[in-house]
Amino acid sequence: MANIISDETIEYVGILAKLELSDAEKEQAKKDMGRMLDYIDKLGELDTDGVEPMSHVFPVQNVFREDMVTNSDTREQLLSNAPEQKDGMFVVPKTFD
Amino acid sequence: MAKQYETVIGLEVHVELATKTKIFCGCSTAFGGAPNTHTCPVCTGMPGSLPVLNKQVLEYAIAVGLATDCEITRYGKFDRKNYFYPDNPQNYQISQLYLPICRNGGVEIETEEGGKKIVGIHEIHMEEDAGKLVHDEWEDCSLVDYNRSGVPLIEIVSEPDMRSAEEVIAYLEKLRLIIQYLGASDCKLQEGSMRADVNLSVREVGAEEFGTRTEMKNLNSFKAIARAIEGERERQIDLIEEGKAVVQETRRWDDTKGESYAMRSKEDAQDYRYFPDPDLVPIIVSDEMLDEIRAKQPEFRTEKMARYKEEYDIPDYDIDIITGAKHMADLFEATVAICNQPKKVSNWLMGETMRLMKEKEVDVEDLRFSPENLAKLITLVDSKAINSSVAKEVFEVMFEEDIDPEKYVEEKGLKTVNDEGALRKTIEEVIAGNPQSVDDYHNGKEKAIGFLVGQTMKAMKGKADPGMVNQILKELL
Ligand SMILES: [Zn+2]
Repeated sequence: MANIISDETIEYVGILAKLELSDAEKEQAKKDMGRMLDYIDKLGELDTDGVEPMSHVFPVQNVFREDMVTNSDTREQLLSNAPEQKDGMFVVPKTFD
Repeated sequence: MAKQYETVIGLEVHVELATKTKIFCGCSTAFGGAPNTHTCPVCTGMPGSLPVLNKQVLEYAIAVGLATDCEITRYGKFDRKNYFYPDNPQNYQISQLYLPICRNGGVEIETEEGGKKIVGIHEIHMEEDAGKLVHDEWEDCSLVDYNRSGVPLIEIVSEPDMRSAEEVIAYLEKLRLIIQYLGASDCKLQEGSMRADVNLSVREVGAEEFGTRTEMKNLNSFKAIARAIEGERERQIDLIEEGKAVVQETRRWDDTKGESYAMRSKEDAQDYRYFPDPDLVPIIVSDEMLDEIRAKQPEFRTEKMARYKEEYDIPDYDIDIITGAKHMADLFEATVAICNQPKKVSNWLMGETMRLMKEKEVDVEDLRFSPENLAKLITLVDSKAINSSVAKEVFEVMFEEDIDPEKYVEEKGLKTVNDEGALRKTIEEVIAGNPQSVDDYHNGKEKAIGFLVGQTMKAMKGKADPGMVNQILKELL
């Protein structure tokens, strides 16, 4: 494996993804990420001069909707997915701006 | 000698677009709905839901770009900006990083010295607004309302081309006027449909490099923006003079205290890990689409000014003021279309309307009286059914609650008394009761007649035609 993921990197990625990993899981994740980066390096060997970066695999473009209200009030249904609700709103841990 | 500093300012302006529905779903954008009643699986980030772009959002964004001399991106797409915050149900905001819809534009502003200057526009991109967090006062939790989640925004990013608060405000006013003329947004700072974040740094006059900049948020009036700029400029100069470094950070302006403080940085919030949104397909802007949008562009201020001169023959001063706000121009045109009295309509708008707006602190967008009723009021004065001071009283009521002036005048008995006999009788009484003034008048004091007219109007409770009073008075004297 050419790419070695440092402890700092796995810690940082964990924070960004809001994941808490055990030491064993961290070691496994480091290996997996290293292998992924090796694969990316391999792709880098290809000559892509003059090739436009592709973001979508389907040959579809310009899918629009007209500006017309089509949805009605489905609050009850949506809130039924929430672990907790109050006054028609989703309850979340106290958060400050 | 003390060092001279220059302030360098760039703005990020968010504008809420005036669409009926959200950017990626068919939920209403109307204000005032009960919490979460304008939501669906898309705008609450339910797994498996798919966003579809509202065509009107794209058209408004392009229209603003064309009106600000931008290049329109012919191949565009959306990207995901990843961060965790409860007002963002998907854990990413759909925005445009790599291929924003408009780039490299600018608007012309007038500088304090009376010159002209172009403020460059780096880019304009489309994105979605977040939900609203409400803090529960009773329990240790927050509540989320997603009615605003997915409301379409454009973010207009300027170049760091401004050098003073005056230039910033001139730029914002110009931008607001353009967008209002397009009908793309009402751009109300107080209500948040236009929000400006100020990026500011200072450097010594003549320096080539920019200083370290800070970003200031929570500015909801032009006055707050001007004060925040002044405050931040001084704070940075003090730091530099003390030999300390300016830290690149986001600060929140507290306008009541007149100071700013650094916002708690959300953990590693700078790393947004943008990537193309696979759910939204690319946007190809064709020549036809551009032509269509161009053809729909409304008449802008300079064109309107030229037409007013030609069509209505009112003074330049009036034209300048009336076209200064889209809503005022609309009101003017609609009223003139009914009563065909351009100068009189202009007088009402520039005189009483402006006076009451100032006195009662009403924004032009919030004016309540209709063109129909203003036209009726003008007709009432023209036909001498009411005199001008009664008209002003009636207008004040119209300004508050858009009453029908014809009905109001009828109900309150405000019509001018055209009964010459009654008027003559009152005037005779006034003459008999004020011998001193009558003498003064006969001794050549022309002004004395003014007093007698006033006494007559008072006796008639204001409901007389002053011209007629004058005429009868002179005759009897
Ligand atoms: Zn929705």
